[in-house]
Amino acid sequence: MVATIARLTLATLFGHRRGLLLFILPVVLLALCVLLALTVDDTADFSTALLQQFGLAVILPLVALIAATGAIATEIDDGSIVYLLSKPIKRYTIILTKAGLAIGVIFALGAIPMTLAGIILDPSDLRTALAFGIGALVAGIAYTAIFTAISVISANAVTIGLLYSLLWESVMGQYVDGAKALSVQQWSLALIQKLSDAPHVESAVKLPIAMILLLAVTAVGLTLAITRLRSLVLSTSE
Amino acid sequence: MSDRTGVIHDIGYRHYDGPRLGRWAITQALMVSSLRHAYGIGRSGKSKVMPIFLLAVMVVPAAIVVGIENGLQFDKPPVEPVDYIYLLQPVIALYLASQAPQLFSRDLRYRSIVLYLARPPRRTDYALAKLTALVAAQMILICIPLVVLYAGALLAKYNFLQMSRQFVAGLAGALLLSILLAAIGGLIAAATPRRGFAVAAIIAVLIVSFTAATTTMAIVDEKGDMSSTAARYASLVSPFNLTEALQTWFLRNDRDGSWMPTTQQGLVFTAVYVLLVAACVWGVNARYAKVARG
Repeated sequence: MVATIARLTLATLFGHRRGLLLFILPVVLLALCVLLALTVDDTADFSTALLQQFGLAVILPLVALIAATGAIATEIDDGSIVYLLSKPIKRYTIILTKAGLAIGVIFALGAIPMTLAGIILDPSDLRTALAFGIGALVAGIAYTAIFTAISVISANAVTIGLLYSLLWESVMGQYVDGAKALSVQQWSLALIQKLSDAPHVESAVKLPIAMILLLAVTAVGLTLAITRLRSLVLSTSE
Repeated sequence: MSDRTGVIHDIGYRHYDGPRLGRWAITQALMVSSLRHAYGIGRSGKSKVMPIFLLAVMVVPAAIVVGIENGLQFDKPPVEPVDYIYLLQPVIALYLASQAPQLFSRDLRYRSIVLYLARPPRRTDYALAKLTALVAAQMILICIPLVVLYAGALLAKYNFLQMSRQFVAGLAGALLLSILLAAIGGLIAAATPRRGFAVAAIIAVLIVSFTAATTTMAIVDEKGDMSSTAARYASLVSPFNLTEALQTWFLRNDRDGSWMPTTQQGLVFTAVYVLLVAACVWGVNARYAKVARG
């Protein structure tokens, strides 16, 4: 049954040219890095800044948003989730399968391109590149949990997810120090800082707190999604 | 029955001999209803939440700025209208992403597009009406805070001519931005019947292009004053930077933190802008041609 759900979810994610967007995002990141590596002399100077501000802050949340909402919100939106819900499948099987698939997509199209980008920009510093890859995956898992929960709770999942990742993570996270402590990006940055030892990577949060918060957000998000799916009300389309 | 531009089917109950409004009137009605729908007017309360919230996010900072500048009496306004637009561009992008699919994707998804295309307005009329409504909706979103800023600046007794000039420059910038964004957003939204996907696609295109452009600029522009040609052409990639540069060049509106394109660069920017808008409008139209064929 899990395999069937996974296959159908993959079809909604990548069928009908929809997957194109998921591929474009990492391709833009890599193309920009290749372009800069070819034209600018010392890319190593700004490699961590670029990975952080473009990769971790923009590309990764978007890949996560499209993967996570694409895996479940589209199905709720067009109502086809009732066919899944009317079968004797545990709700957590549905959520965990879809979330796991989204995480797999983030790994392939978010974390791996991030590592590659790091290697392209600074071939000598493999450790930082790998650290960014791992950080991206960890952040991706937390984002998946958050966006899956939003998908089940609201019909406007994508817009609310965008409001969160644009206004909260980028704008508030930049100007309001308190908001930084509550940002997935900063938590994963704490992990990257620990793993890489790169001088320019600095997180506003300490590593133990960051890890606890990451785990808590993931657990709460997925639990919330599962409980809400148990009593899902299919809203009539506006 | 002299002028058969309108279609009213006589199915035998009651005859109609009154005036018939033509294609233009239908297009106009479609435009007005689309504009109302862009703010959730005439639709469910739920669909009003997002546009009204985003409009509030646009207007409230302007009102606060006005309050501060009237209270503290600065020598010059703390923020110019044009800069205000680019300060709040994430909100404009979010509005486009959340509302463009409301105008375009819903008709495709519920197949009501078929009913429209069966009526006298051509599919080009339909596409243009929707695009115009989207441009108008964004003009409202951007211009209300500009009017608030302008009124506040006049209340604070700044130089009337200078303020008016900046206000007009702001309006022109808003129009350039609205047209380009509506064309891009309309194309993406018309391409897919899935609303959620269209929202994500629009925002991805806008944010990724903007961040890619600014990052490249920051890296290529070594002196930090936008004197490098490569850095200037990098702004071609992002709709926001493109219209900002175009607006500066067009109105000779040199401000702090902006840069004046040379004549050649200005022409290139204009050409890219026109081509982009034309390509997107053509794309929307071609998409509906495909829909009409079934």
